[in-house]
Amino acid sequence: MTATETTPAPDAAAGPENAVQVEHLDVSYRVRGRDRLALRNVSFQIARNESYGLVGESGSGKSTVALALTRYLPRNGRVSAGSIRIAGRDPLALNPEKLRQLRAHSVSMVYQEPGKALNPAIRVGRQIAEVYEVAGLGRADALERSEEMLRRVQISDPGRVMERYPHELSGGMAQRAVIAMALASEPELLILDEPTTALDATVEAEVLDLVAGLRNQFDTSLLFISHNLAVIAKMCDRVGVLYAGELIEEGPAQQLFDQPRHPYTMGLLRCIPRQGQRKDHGRLDSIPGFLPAPGQALAGCIFAPRCSIAEDRCRETAPPAFDVGPDRSSRCFLHEATPDLPRSTPVNVELSAPAESAQPVVTIRNLSKTFTSRGQAVHALAGVNLDIERGETLGLVGESGSGKTTLARLLLGLTPPDAGSAIEMDGEPLGGDLRKRGRTQLKALQIVFQNPDSALNRRHTVRQLISRPLVKLAGLSGPALQERLADLVRSVRMEARHLPLRPRQLSGGLKQRVAIARAFGGGPRIVVCDEPTSALDVSVQAAILNLLADLQAKEQVTYLFISHDLQLVRYLSDRIAVLYLGRLMELGPAERVFSGPHHPYTEALLSAVPSLDGQRPQRIRLTGEIPSAASPPSGCVFHTRCPRRLASGICESTEPPLAEVEPGHLMSCHIPIDQLTTLQSYEPMP
Amino acid sequence: MATPPGTPGIVASDTQRRELPVWRLLLRRPTFVTGALILLFWVVCAIFGTSIAPHSPLAQQLLATNQAPSAAHWFGTDQLGRDMLSRVIVGARTMLIIAPLATVVGTVLGTALGLALGYLGGVVDLLASRVIEAVLALPALLVIFLFMVPLGVTTLSQVLVIGFIFTPLIARTVRSAVQVERQLDYVPAARLLGERSGWMMFVEILPNVVPTILVEFTVRLGYAVFAVASLAFLGFGVQLSTPNWGTDINANYAVLGAGYWWGSLFPALAIASLIIGINLVADSVEQVVVG
Repeated sequence: MTATETTPAPDAAAGPENAVQVEHLDVSYRVRGRDRLALRNVSFQIARNESYGLVGESGSGKSTVALALTRYLPRNGRVSAGSIRIAGRDPLALNPEKLRQLRAHSVSMVYQEPGKALNPAIRVGRQIAEVYEVAGLGRADALERSEEMLRRVQISDPGRVMERYPHELSGGMAQRAVIAMALASEPELLILDEPTTALDATVEAEVLDLVAGLRNQFDTSLLFISHNLAVIAKMCDRVGVLYAGELIEEGPAQQLFDQPRHPYTMGLLRCIPRQGQRKDHGRLDSIPGFLPAPGQALAGCIFAPRCSIAEDRCRETAPPAFDVGPDRSSRCFLHEATPDLPRSTPVNVELSAPAESAQPVVTIRNLSKTFTSRGQAVHALAGVNLDIERGETLGLVGESGSGKTTLARLLLGLTPPDAGSAIEMDGEPLGGDLRKRGRTQLKALQIVFQNPDSALNRRHTVRQLISRPLVKLAGLSGPALQERLADLVRSVRMEARHLPLRPRQLSGGLKQRVAIARAFGGGPRIVVCDEPTSALDVSVQAAILNLLADLQAKEQVTYLFISHDLQLVRYLSDRIAVLYLGRLMELGPAERVFSGPHHPYTEALLSAVPSLDGQRPQRIRLTGEIPSAASPPSGCVFHTRCPRRLASGICESTEPPLAEVEPGHLMSCHIPIDQLTTLQSYEPMP
Repeated sequence: MATPPGTPGIVASDTQRRELPVWRLLLRRPTFVTGALILLFWVVCAIFGTSIAPHSPLAQQLLATNQAPSAAHWFGTDQLGRDMLSRVIVGARTMLIIAPLATVVGTVLGTALGLALGYLGGVVDLLASRVIEAVLALPALLVIFLFMVPLGVTTLSQVLVIGFIFTPLIARTVRSAVQVERQLDYVPAARLLGERSGWMMFVEILPNVVPTILVEFTVRLGYAVFAVASLAFLGFGVQLSTPNWGTDINANYAVLGAGYWWGSLFPALAIASLIIGINLVADSVEQVVVG
């Protein structure tokens, strides 16, 4: 156990050769007249052509690193100590012209929202050409080079894309254009800040493949910033883990994720369902406590208050960076004890098995919804038949625009379905309009929205928010109301002190708990969970998922769980329904749908998901855009993107029926199940 | 070895400290304090007018007409020898009664209309919005005259007419704020609890558009002062016996050419300072509650 000081080992090959060299960097933001440290003593280097990942939860300082590197810190932020060198130059010491040149030639950035990175009033081609013009090319040459660049980011029809305005491009297409622009100057360093977070999994996979390929072509170093551990594991050679502004662990990606040597990294990894983990295998672990507020004075290790193995010395002395293996460091006194980190959440599971009752709680027949957009009929949902069993969790997956949310809204009665659709609950028809539903039906169906900031009225207190369903739906008042309120607050693991607060005073996880409490207040039978954790940090996500599982066991509710995160769906769902262009492609028990044989679309969705446990050896990639729901393709709607399309032409001409391929497993595909099994028999995973 | 989290040194918390109330945030702003002091000055004048004025605003001194500002008459005297300083001080009352009341009328009606149109939407909203736009296209002063003539010039008629003129303006602002709120998920969440339209509008949505209404109110108040002064200047001032800034400008405006500038200038400065005060307050309110 050697405690090296925080200086990165002065490698002979490193030094001036490094694309990025950051040493002892402190960045502070001045808020209300006080400097608050957002980064403390951060040191790392990125070698030429290396891909370096920074992971961390929100508020860890990931983006501040990127902003400091390019000297784009907001006006109240400043580098208060330490040094930065990019390609041998110090951006902090450059004069405005030199700084402009550095940004124009040496560093490029790609942000989360491609739509915001492009100027909406300028055609895409013009925007890319500008980069070349800055570099001194003539107008015609610049346009020619732009077209070439767009081709290199795998845009099949660059000429047409160049003529378009940014809003006419899909998210994935726009992000490619941004990447094309970023690479046009052939920078030495490309900074990607959550580049795929706003994209669908299938598009994300394409963009990640593209970035990995281009990195080699362009001989560029990457700084890849993400909250998604799997994406970082896939994309990066080395990884640094940021926590509350400190780089707490660093090392080669695979090693670090396989054998974390800091309790925080360990905890983060345990928050994610992995290797096909399911709710009946045990609860996810969570990290207790909360991120310290920025700028707090800390005596010892910043993670000590949340660490289950912290000792007295952890709280008294800040740990130095320990050398924990070749090219690895950890800021933890107890890095050797990390592998045996005790769980913070007990494993034991109490599960409600879905009741084996004959009658499903909800039957959906021929459910369709047509919206009219600019005079065109858009079929958001087309003839979906689905039964929801009592007490089960039905996972609903599909890309954006597949109709997941529309299905949920129709079920809830927030949007009326087309004529001819039928939804029944316990054999009673459910009115298409909420106002036509009686109190029993109103009570039965509730929702937990994705974003609690939007779902909670910001002017109401927690008490008002949680009591309202008790008054309106459960019909409680007086002491009974107070008793049930206290009960409900306890069951979502909140405390009475939270009751007088308003949503903006709560953390993201707490807000979502309030939303869950509201959904459960009326004693619902079905709760729609529409991406309930995607706005939350990983460590909070696990706690919310555990809460949902506990509540299900206690209240015997049925969940309709909508998520784009397939690992989450797999963890929580009993059955899974896969939607594409408003049609049901596959429906079956979660394990069967995941292990296969599965519908080629499901297969593509699964191959798109980056995993921490190594990639599937064979992967199929979806190319092309999701067709417009206004003019869905003929035959099987998936045939335009299907990598396993049959040569006979039947896929183009005839829509396959949703047929049972094995007990309880339905699929809408022309390929016979045996053939699918053969096609999809992968090498066993390493 | 394992200790519960929350050891001394770090107060990691799941909640944020309470924010400062709006009035404390406002008091931190020099622009607000300046504006509020100007307003306060005029409010004091309006309330205590005759008791702080050095002379009676109505007392004529026919031997001392059109006197330039002096130690005896800081703002000079008018054609009838009345003390201009006293007239300016006492004239604040009329203004500070009519302008705020008119703005309140406009804000209440506009908010109700905007809430209903924004929340209910549909055909009614479409039609009403077209009507609002048509009304807004007419010159406001002309519309005010049209109503003023049959109603007669009284405090009440001025309050109502200016209030009605403001109604569509405020309704339009409130309506678009409500439409933004309607996109948020708390609206369907409340509908799923079986809430009725009235509850949705007044308990769920209204509190969230209050900041917008507050800003609109302060901005409109400035315009109301301007409207009241303009009406008086054009001869629609209430009761000629009470001092009125707009009427005074009008009365002394004719003798400007003779070099008697004080009779018009001081009431005009009074109007300007009041509007500036209101605008300073409005700006700060907007920055604090919206920004």
